[in-house]
Amino acid sequence: MNWLINTLGSSVGKKLMMSITGFVFILFLIGHLIGNLTIYVGPDAFNAYAGHLQSLKPALRLMESGLIFFAIVHIFTGLILFYQNFKARPNRYEVNKQAGGRTLGSATMPYTGLIILAFVIFHLFDFTFVDKTGRTVYDIVAASFSNPVYVFLYIASVFIVGIHVSHGFWSAFQTIGINHPKYMPTIQTAGLLFSLIVAIGFGFIPLFISLIS
Amino acid sequence: MTQNINLTLKVWRQNGQQDKGRFETYEVSDISTDMSFLEMLDVLNETLTLEGKEPIAFDSDCREGICGQCGSVVNGRPHGQEKKTTLCQLHMRHFKNGDTIAIEPFRARAFKVLKDLMVDRGALDKVIQSGGFISVNAGGAPDANAIPVSGEIAERAMDAAQCIGCGACVAACPNASAMLFVSANVSHLALLPQGKLEAAKRALAMVRTMDACGFGNCSNERECEAECPKGISIINIARLNREFFKAGFFSHNE
Repeated sequence: MNWLINTLGSSVGKKLMMSITGFVFILFLIGHLIGNLTIYVGPDAFNAYAGHLQSLKPALRLMESGLIFFAIVHIFTGLILFYQNFKARPNRYEVNKQAGGRTLGSATMPYTGLIILAFVIFHLFDFTFVDKTGRTVYDIVAASFSNPVYVFLYIASVFIVGIHVSHGFWSAFQTIGINHPKYMPTIQTAGLLFSLIVAIGFGFIPLFISLIS
Repeated sequence: MTQNINLTLKVWRQNGQQDKGRFETYEVSDISTDMSFLEMLDVLNETLTLEGKEPIAFDSDCREGICGQCGSVVNGRPHGQEKKTTLCQLHMRHFKNGDTIAIEPFRARAFKVLKDLMVDRGALDKVIQSGGFISVNAGGAPDANAIPVSGEIAERAMDAAQCIGCGACVAACPNASAMLFVSANVSHLALLPQGKLEAAKRALAMVRTMDACGFGNCSNERECEAECPKGISIINIARLNREFFKAGFFSHNE
């Protein structure tokens, strides 16, 4: 087992863990967004979707456990990398200038990541760990989005998810070694498009619900 | 017709590793724009010496952009603002009369400041010593071209081999990571048949040594390739990652 600890514990190995867990969250975002689109069909379609999800209990539990495991790996590895990278330059530069490689997403990964963690916890307590007797999932969502503060919080949070993914998407490919002049430009464009789809796709839902109710 | 310029320099002065270091301001006048950046520092050092002051310590050797010895952070940019240029090849024509220029050493935990702008980049040598070579048995010289290498592979290997080990990638990286340097050296050898034999051992050893030297972790910020005086691409970092995973998961090396 030494070889596994040596490989994953190295700087490149830690990045591999960030990359693979990141890919899982990209898939999760796609699934979550597709499911959420049922809300545009109407409350019944949305409740039916939520009901179907719950009826898949064993599979759903397995997926949830998997997501929690991946989240723990992603967060802890990310924090270790953040700490090590901070320590790697004890004396900062007086003048800081960029050469054009850094982006808003890449420069803020640890910070957007921590905000996303706070948002996910808030989101779970808002919609998942709530008393569901006598009200449908749609009722819970609509009640939350009747408050403009919540609408703003959700929109701001999913935009931060978009910023995080704008770097994370192509970066995950680069880390596992997928970079070639033939297809890297496509991956980078796809990453930007995906982060826009995430930000707008999720972000429009609170606005939509608050407007129709 | 060249015009001479006057400049204000804010230079990092640090008298040895124990000193905390500080910026000192110097005025230099009548600098020819045909001078290189290092020649401009030479002029300043001459003045300082004549005044009985300690000249500014900085590294340089070939002064033609191929040895990798020079390098400081000029206005926040390793080797200055010009692309694919070492500090010795940065000419004063890129500055305007009256400019203020901040000059700092490369900063990283793995690079200790020895004095002023001089840094100890021995950590890069340690990384090379751990695997940046091929083992050749002594004996008669092998026949030329006995091992075929395609032109395309040779080109890519030589692109990676352009690394002069100046450390600008480490200086530019927000995480002070040496991944571009290590990846250039791993790629150069892994691409060629002579280097493939030891590829697994090399990738593991060089990454391990890099980590042990206290460099940061790569987070794909791409500042390194933007600052590299030889224009080495992060495609090499992707290759290093592949080589490392192949070695870590599938080779018999630990």
